[in-house]
Amino acid sequence: MDSFPFELVSPEKLLISEDVEHVVVPGSEGEFGVLAHHAPLMSTLKPGVVKVYKTDGSEPKRLFVRGGFADVNPKGLTILADEAIPMEEFDAARLDAAIKAAEEHLSEAKGEALKRKAELDLNQLRELRAAAF
Amino acid sequence: MASLKDLRNRIASVKATQKITKAMQMVAAAKLRRAEMAAAAARPYAERMERVLANLASSMKDAPGAPRLLAGTGEDKRHLLVVMTADRGLAGGFNSSIARLAREHARKLIAEGKEIRILCVGRKGADILRRQFPGKLDDIISLREVKSINFGTASGISERVLEEFREGKFDVATMFYSKFKSVVSQTPTAQQIVPAEIPADQTGDLLEGAVYEYEPSEEEILEDLLPKNVAIQVFKGLLENAASEQGARMSAMDNATRNAGDMIKKLSLVYNRTRQAQITKELIEIISGAEAL
Repeated sequence: MDSFPFELVSPEKLLISEDVEHVVVPGSEGEFGVLAHHAPLMSTLKPGVVKVYKTDGSEPKRLFVRGGFADVNPKGLTILADEAIPMEEFDAARLDAAIKAAEEHLSEAKGEALKRKAELDLNQLRELRAAAF
Repeated sequence: MASLKDLRNRIASVKATQKITKAMQMVAAAKLRRAEMAAAAARPYAERMERVLANLASSMKDAPGAPRLLAGTGEDKRHLLVVMTADRGLAGGFNSSIARLAREHARKLIAEGKEIRILCVGRKGADILRRQFPGKLDDIISLREVKSINFGTASGISERVLEEFREGKFDVATMFYSKFKSVVSQTPTAQQIVPAEIPADQTGDLLEGAVYEYEPSEEEILEDLLPKNVAIQVFKGLLENAASEQGARMSAMDNATRNAGDMIKKLSLVYNRTRQAQITKELIEIISGAEAL
C-alpha cells in the first residue's frame, strides 16, 4: 500500500513527521480516515484521538489532540493541533484538567457563537472522558 | 592623588562587579540555549499555519463578507501598538532599540493624524514609552511571573487584543519585538497582526486543479483559524524576544566583564607605581637623614 508524508505539529513542537499509510483524524463533522491520494480536504478537529498506522493493520500510534486543523493536500497530511499529547503520557488526570479548563473557558466566553463553541468543546471532552476511562 | 588604601578598595570593588557580570553572562548563556530551542520548536507550526492560511485566504480576501480579522474594518484610523520588551534591564540596547522602533512608528502615526494606543508586554518598554506618550499607555502585561513561555501565555495576550478588536476599539494592531538572528545580532521588528498579513500564496500549483473540500464550511474554518493565527504570531514574537533578550544580555555582560578586567589591570598598575614611589621616597628620606649626621 502507498504511504504519504504525515506531520503532526502543536504550537510548542513538531511531534510527528514521517511517511505513514493510514491516519484516522477526529474531524469536527465526524472521524475520517486518510490514505494516500486522498482528495484535498481541510477540516477543523474536535478533541479526540488521532490514530497513526505506520503500515496498514499494524498497531496504531495514538495521540490525544485538542482542537486544531487537518489539511490534506497532494503533498500529504498536516495536522495543526492546539495541543497534542501521546496517549502513553496521557491519563484521566490530564483529561480532567482539560475539562476544567474548558468549563472555565465556557463561563468566560462572551457572545453567542463563542459560547456555543465552548459548550461543544466541553461536551466532546466529557464524552471522551466517559468513553476512554 | 589617591592613597594606597583607596586604590585597594577600588580594585576590590571592581573585582566584585566583574564576578557578578561574569555570573550573569553564564546564566544568560544557559537560558539562551533553552530559549533558542523553544523558538526553533515553535517554527514548524507557524510555517504550516502560514501555508494553510495563505491557501485559504487567497480565495476569500476580496470576497464580500470576509472576516474582519482578514479584511480589516475598512478604516485605518485607530492603531494599537503591542510593544514586547523584557521585564528586566541590563541587556545592552535590547529594550531601548525595540522602544525606539515603536516610538518612531507611533510618532509617524500621530503626525498622520491617527489615534494610537499602546499595550506593553514587559515592564521595561512601558517605563520608556510612558514618559514619551503620556495617556496613551493602555496597560502593561508583565511576564515576570511566567517561568517559561508556553502557548497559553501567548493566547492570553492575543485574546485580550482580539477582544478589543471585537469591541471595535482599534482598526490596526502592530506588534513590536526583536527578531533573533544570533548572539550578537537582534533586529527590532514591526509586524502587523490585525488585520492578518497574508504571505503570497505558495500553494498555487500544488493542488493541480483539484478543489479543496471544507469541513465545516470555508468561512467557519477561516473564522477559527484567524484568531489562532494572531495567537501564533504573538507566540512567535514572545519566543523570538526571549531568545533575543538572553542573547543581548549575554553579549552585554561579556563586554562588561571584559571592561572590568581592563579596569582592574589599569588600577593595579597605578597601585604598584604608587607603592614603589612611596618606598623610594621613604628610602630617600632615610638615606638623606643618615647623610646629614
